[in-house]
Amino acid sequence: MQMANEVLTGAQAIVRSLELLGIEDVFGLPGGAILPTYDPLMDSTKIRHILVRHEQGAGHAAEGYASASGKLGVCIATSGPGATNLVTAIADAYMDSVPLLAITGQVGSKLIGTDAFQEADIVGITMPITKHSFLVTKAEDIPETIAAAVMIATTGRPGPVLVDVTKDAQQAKAEFVWPPKVDLPGYKPVTKPHGKQIQAAAQMILEAKRPVLYVGGGVVRAGAHKELLKLAELIGAPVVTTLMARGAFPDSHHQNLGMPGMHGTVPAVTALQKSDLLITLGARFDDRVTGDVKGFATGAKVIHVDIDPAEIGKIRFADVPIVGDAKEVITELNQELTAALKSSKIDIKDWWVFLDGLVQRYPLGYTSANDGKLSPQHVITRIGELSGPEAIFAAGVGQHQMWSAQFIKYERPNAWLNSGGAGTMGYSVPAAMGAKVGQPDRLVWAIDGDGCFQMTNQELATCAINNIPIKVAIINNSSLGMVRQWQTLFYNERYSNTDLNTGTDTVMIPDFVKLAEAYGCLAIRVEKEEDIDKAIKLAIETNDRPVVIDFIVSRDAMVWPMVAAGLTNDEVQYARDAAPVWDGIE
Amino acid sequence: MSKHVLSLLVEDKPGILTRVAALFARRGFNIESLAVGTTEVEGLSRITVVVAVEGAPLEQVTKQLNKLINVIKVVELEAEQAVQRDHMLIKVKTDASTRSQVLEAVTLFRARVIDVVSDAVIIEVTGDTSKCAAFIKVLEPYGIKELVQSGVLAMGRGSKSITEKILK
Repeated sequence: MQMANEVLTGAQAIVRSLELLGIEDVFGLPGGAILPTYDPLMDSTKIRHILVRHEQGAGHAAEGYASASGKLGVCIATSGPGATNLVTAIADAYMDSVPLLAITGQVGSKLIGTDAFQEADIVGITMPITKHSFLVTKAEDIPETIAAAVMIATTGRPGPVLVDVTKDAQQAKAEFVWPPKVDLPGYKPVTKPHGKQIQAAAQMILEAKRPVLYVGGGVVRAGAHKELLKLAELIGAPVVTTLMARGAFPDSHHQNLGMPGMHGTVPAVTALQKSDLLITLGARFDDRVTGDVKGFATGAKVIHVDIDPAEIGKIRFADVPIVGDAKEVITELNQELTAALKSSKIDIKDWWVFLDGLVQRYPLGYTSANDGKLSPQHVITRIGELSGPEAIFAAGVGQHQMWSAQFIKYERPNAWLNSGGAGTMGYSVPAAMGAKVGQPDRLVWAIDGDGCFQMTNQELATCAINNIPIKVAIINNSSLGMVRQWQTLFYNERYSNTDLNTGTDTVMIPDFVKLAEAYGCLAIRVEKEEDIDKAIKLAIETNDRPVVIDFIVSRDAMVWPMVAAGLTNDEVQYARDAAPVWDGIE
Repeated sequence: MSKHVLSLLVEDKPGILTRVAALFARRGFNIESLAVGTTEVEGLSRITVVVAVEGAPLEQVTKQLNKLINVIKVVELEAEQAVQRDHMLIKVKTDASTRSQVLEAVTLFRARVIDVVSDAVIIEVTGDTSKCAAFIKVLEPYGIKELVQSGVLAMGRGSKSITEKILK
């Protein structure tokens, strides 16, 4: 005999569906059109709702939560401006393949299209920046839609999914049927690779003289780091980890050449450029990695592994395309190669002689600041060293982001969070907040710039009130540093609109220490090198409130190496007007 | 520049046409013609798109289309393996001296007159794109007052159906 299903309001069905799907934390801010859902949310003992101060913060917090924990991030907002404030975070999640569920309230279904108060066509607005989106106008459709949204967001290539629910659908009652029937005939992500392609890839790897493992964020999202380590050690090839993949392969491993791309290490950039085989794993030939794509790794064949078939061949022709989940593909590749290596050998000694020479000659480095201010690279290095490999680092966007990618040594995945594809200034503080909620036992740093910090620092209130003790390091150079760097290099040192006046030798508006104190944080200003470690240690020890350290750094520090926009990677500069010398390989 | 006819089998869900059209625009492809309608299967619609491709390969657009959750299948219908038809209504100026010539052209092209007034006729014509173009050329000297056309409709030849594998 079948029991009669419980009758719930749509709002209760939203909360119940989330609970049944195992959602434990959501970030949001209520408003008129989502009010019905906030009522049952108050009674939920399984879901912790964190009230943010701006919906963008909810979106980035959900992203940080997802990126740090590997779980789905969830954010909630009301209709109209509440929903549009999520747009930046949704776009960011789309670019970086972050599993994100955004639930928005919508005006009553009868009011749709009338330009009602706080009405915005958020499904239409987010169409090009979501993996999928739903408009729900009936209470009975809620369980199925939420379940489908979660499935789409978390499977295949992860991404953001938006569910827009009208106010009347939240208020109406319907039988709650669980588990719902999720019918998506057009959605069949391929995770298992084609056997023939695995064989072809293995063959190519065995024959290569200058192979490189070009590792992207897909390896992190797939949780394939262990398999990658095995593959790398099996074939002995050098590894480069893109901005999105920092930590996918341990930095302490001698095969790791570091990050490739515009601000990559000379060995990593050169390895790709001089390679004869790019073993591309969950990477997408982003323009920041390839430079001028016509001149990118011109002598290399390409094995391209990606879960998204549309990435393969989009930018660069793939000699061996493999559609599948990175973990499954690398596992099968390892089996194939283990068997093959019983009867054959990989000889890439000459390749390593060349690469080791580059590693020796062109290590990451910097010249110390000579204007009496701190060297930002040194500050960031110390934060990394004192925090250890289990810590999480969420960066904003700009110079401090690049230095954090370069000078912190990552030993595990999901330790480095940043806005790679979208380049969203303001990502850091809310993402760190989300990361701390998802991984409460880990130390979480927001490494932010003075520009980025001013975009989303209101979430410090959320952190202070909800006991989310993140540490914020403001790399304060009193300017929009990366833009200023380009003005130095390419615009004749004409500094148009990049001065932010937050430094100690200016009007200092705002004073970050006073601001942080106003938010209930422990605030520290560091101007002298000898105080750096003390401040970092105090921050690490302080867990009864968030900590903000205002590091006053030199504005003349620049990010090197650099491949200027539009040039090929052959033109990488080790430092200003200093090109590396590539000997010993053609 | 090359032209391709794509046939999309899609779920009949709100917004699907927007999603498809927006994808073409965002990825930099031009839609030359578009025809949308229901199919023999309830809940499924079919979109026939003629797309002009320049530079970037068609493969990228079909892969992106396949990523849309409500798109079930994307097939390129090559000219040799498919029938393609345009459908047009043409209002042509006529008078006593030209009407018979216009009607003769209508007969030659196997078109039909569906409305007649003293100074104009409305003609319906179906056929492939080149036939329709030729017909318009013949009518032009008389004065085309108005022209409306459907997008190209296309279907693979033979007994197979695009929906076959979808229906379990």
